[in-house]
Amino acid sequence: MSNLFTYTLRIADSSLILGQRMSEWCSNGPTLEEDIAMSNISLDMFGQANGFYQYAAQLDGTKSADKLAFRRNEREFFNHQLVEQENGDFGTTMVRNFLHDVFNFLFYTELSKSKDETLSALASKSLKEVKYHLRHSSNWLIRLGDGTGESNTKVQDALEELWMYTGELFEMDNLDAELLNSGIAVDNSALKSEWDRMVNKTLVKAKLTRPEDAYMATGGKKGLHTEYLGFILSEMQFLQRAYPDAKW
Amino acid sequence: MQSGNTKYIWELLNTVPDPEIPVISVVELGVIREVKFENHYLTISITPTYSGCPAVKTFMDDIKTCLTENHINNFELKIVYSPAWTTEWMTDATKEKLRKYGIAPPSNIVICPQCKSENTTLISEFGSTACKSLFKCDECLEPFEFFKCI
Repeated sequence: MSNLFTYTLRIADSSLILGQRMSEWCSNGPTLEEDIAMSNISLDMFGQANGFYQYAAQLDGTKSADKLAFRRNEREFFNHQLVEQENGDFGTTMVRNFLHDVFNFLFYTELSKSKDETLSALASKSLKEVKYHLRHSSNWLIRLGDGTGESNTKVQDALEELWMYTGELFEMDNLDAELLNSGIAVDNSALKSEWDRMVNKTLVKAKLTRPEDAYMATGGKKGLHTEYLGFILSEMQFLQRAYPDAKW
Repeated sequence: MQSGNTKYIWELLNTVPDPEIPVISVVELGVIREVKFENHYLTISITPTYSGCPAVKTFMDDIKTCLTENHINNFELKIVYSPAWTTEWMTDATKEKLRKYGIAPPSNIVICPQCKSENTTLISEFGSTACKSLFKCDECLEPFEFFKCI
């Protein structure tokens, strides 16, 4: 496996798993408008994942994009643990997405300057969509945080619960460092200060308290996951596992 | 053999409608980026509107059907991501077609396609398709869709 292949796969995996989580809201949204919004966001995430999987498949030369998505096991997935966390109530979903959307916005902004032309093109394309995903989750965070006592408590609790999955977003391993040296990868650790600034700004508007940085979960890049990923994959991959190579 | 005549190919492509907004063609939508004829082979470069837009697969199939029905077989459809699709490529004539169809065209000011009032309110940033958001007119009270600027 080349470094570039693994790097591309990691990006694709986070988009796919978040897309799958968002698709769980389809027909379960709190209002019709939000149901449509979340299904739209899910579609964007799947589309972005597809672009990166197509590129990974091209780099690999042996597996198709579909095989990469539907025939790998849990330990072969490299998504951030944050995106596999349960949807919970609507507020919890908005908190999880907000934390990830801010990261995605900064990450794609940098990746669009990559020396790798395909990554750069996919990042510029994704960035346009991530901008309104971020606007959507930020607006909801403000509305819920600065809403009723109950909505504030719910999103504050979600924030406390999910905070430990944010440390991983800024981790750099040897693979990242090597690709950063060749001008391809993003320096994730350098995104932290701007992420902090943007998150803090919205939390203040939302009348929410930023949790203390304490224990941070890690492992997504190595294929280590929380208990939830297995359940997501068993549902998402069912058809291709039961009927291999089935076509739509 | 007409495939070498790229002007004719553009004309053919202009007959393929957008599957979700059939009053405009895929050419007017701005997704056809290049038509190139080289070594007796036609390459059509297409850029997706939104990464996950399900219409992309449909109009790619429609383009294939249109070309083969016109006896053009030596072609390939190529997906390109850069430069990313933007609503700025839409001409004024195309925008007018959208407006007549009842969709507010991409613009900084959202104007009601029914009564042309600028007094409009956003209902939701997400609409029936990835490219549209939902508005209502505060003058004539009609809800309508707005083609998002990206």
